[in-house]
Amino acid sequence: MISKEEVKHIAKLSRLGLTEKEIEKFQKELSLILDYFNLLEEVDVSKVEPTFHPAEHFLKRKPSVTREDIEKSQKTEVKNKLVVAAPERKDRYVKVKSILS
Amino acid sequence: MSLHQLSIVQAHDGLLKKKFSALELAKAFLDRIKTEDKKISAFLTVTEDLALSQAKRVDDLISVGEDIPLLAGIPLAVKDNILIEGIKTTCASKILEDYIAPYDATCIEKLKKLGAVILGKTNLDEFAMGASTENSAFFPTKNPHDLNRVPGGSSGGSAAAVADDLCCYALGSDTGGSIRQPASFCGVKGLKPSYGAVSRYGLTAFASSLDQIGTITKTTEDAKIVFEAIAGKDPKDSTSVAINKKLQVTSYKLQDLKIGVPKEYFVEGIDKEVEKVIKDAIKKFENFGAKIEEISLPHTKYAVPIYYLIATSEASANLARYDGIKYGLSKNQGQNLLDVYLRSRVEGFGDEVKRRIMLGTYALSAGYYEAYYLKAQKVRTLIKEDFDRAFQKVDVIFSPTAPTPAFKIGEKIIDPLSMYLCDIFTAPVSLVGLPAVSIPVGFVGKLPVGLQIIGKPFEENKILKIGQLTE
Repeated sequence: MISKEEVKHIAKLSRLGLTEKEIEKFQKELSLILDYFNLLEEVDVSKVEPTFHPAEHFLKRKPSVTREDIEKSQKTEVKNKLVVAAPERKDRYVKVKSILS
Repeated sequence: MSLHQLSIVQAHDGLLKKKFSALELAKAFLDRIKTEDKKISAFLTVTEDLALSQAKRVDDLISVGEDIPLLAGIPLAVKDNILIEGIKTTCASKILEDYIAPYDATCIEKLKKLGAVILGKTNLDEFAMGASTENSAFFPTKNPHDLNRVPGGSSGGSAAAVADDLCCYALGSDTGGSIRQPASFCGVKGLKPSYGAVSRYGLTAFASSLDQIGTITKTTEDAKIVFEAIAGKDPKDSTSVAINKKLQVTSYKLQDLKIGVPKEYFVEGIDKEVEKVIKDAIKKFENFGAKIEEISLPHTKYAVPIYYLIATSEASANLARYDGIKYGLSKNQGQNLLDVYLRSRVEGFGDEVKRRIMLGTYALSAGYYEAYYLKAQKVRTLIKEDFDRAFQKVDVIFSPTAPTPAFKIGEKIIDPLSMYLCDIFTAPVSLVGLPAVSIPVGFVGKLPVGLQIIGKPFEENKILKIGQLTE
């Protein structure tokens, strides 16, 4: 069982402004799920390497792919669409609340 | 046969022989959506104007005697987590309720070039998180075989639309079973390609080491056509790969085929009638001359917990982008930036999405990373080794796609864990990045049952060819 304080902490890290009632609901639900996950405790992985990426083994190359560090331009039309998608903006800038008080 | 029942191949033939025009074909589907979708609620958005303009363009080509590609003029539906320029893409979430896609996903760009006709966007569990389509923030979709039951999920809208002849084929996405399980519940063919086979550019990210775009079709031949049209390396998705044609074996001798049947997939939890339908289907292949071999995938029971640890961890990072600042729902009446995040996300996301973001955040947080996330990635290696050993002995693996047929609406939604267990036969395949297809092979009452055929990496055409034998 995870504690209410832990749920509050996770909610804060997750940037979810939960109510007290929701905290209690998720405390119960998350505890049940985490109990089930504890099934993994019985597996010995002391000599096992992790597989972070399913393609590592069959692509026969490192999954990290980089391109040359050169600027790629996007069509103005697409750029404008991205800017106007922002809920608050001023001219061609995305507006945010002040972060320094 | 009426127009909406045709396969891609049949519809293409009809267009070439001028039995009907692309416009007539598109209108037949749009009319059917108008009357039938009231019953099953498969569509979130119907793109009538787009469909009609695309169809007209194909008719123009036909009228001047141009050769047209197989998919030209053929109407499809697209899961609403795949971007189509200028069309709403909601991911069935309140947080993206009014979001208009600024560009096309690579798979859409490819289909548009081939003259595809897009009918609309289909319902899903919010952000593809679920196995019943009940987690849609807007409405649940119903199973065309029984309106009291779920179509499966998360690509429930796409599978129901194909099953109910509301489109000729559909695109879905599969992270832990989201194409295969709804295909099984709705009695259609659902292909989850190998990890990397299809570009995910323009697919809303859920769990990046697992997500894959795939097809839902009426025939395996259609699945091959659509898969080949959307597959391939894309500079915009660094995980996509060029498919080695040599691996795409299309001919094999059935007498030489070794089919593995994992014993761990026929234990407690599987519906007895589903088990019988699957075993009868396997028997048929044996009668055709294939060799059936019992295999062991000993770490199967750990697949669901590690799948949910990995998928939620990746989701917690991917969904951090919904912040109420760049796009989507924004609640900005608070004092500071943190308030905007907290309010926008808590009001924009549904319960299952919140649950998964928190689970993932927990699994990645200081003090728990090694016990949960890292441990899960290590057990994933053991699952991969299970499959590696099995594929040294057999060519393909047969299993049920899901442990039960379609369940009742409301039956599992109150118990998140029972919903997670729907993925027991599909999640292991996703963790290892293998291709798999669900093929309908029988019924329990009036409810369809799907056989999952799992192949080696990039052997999509082989598993489809094998699946074709059931048709």
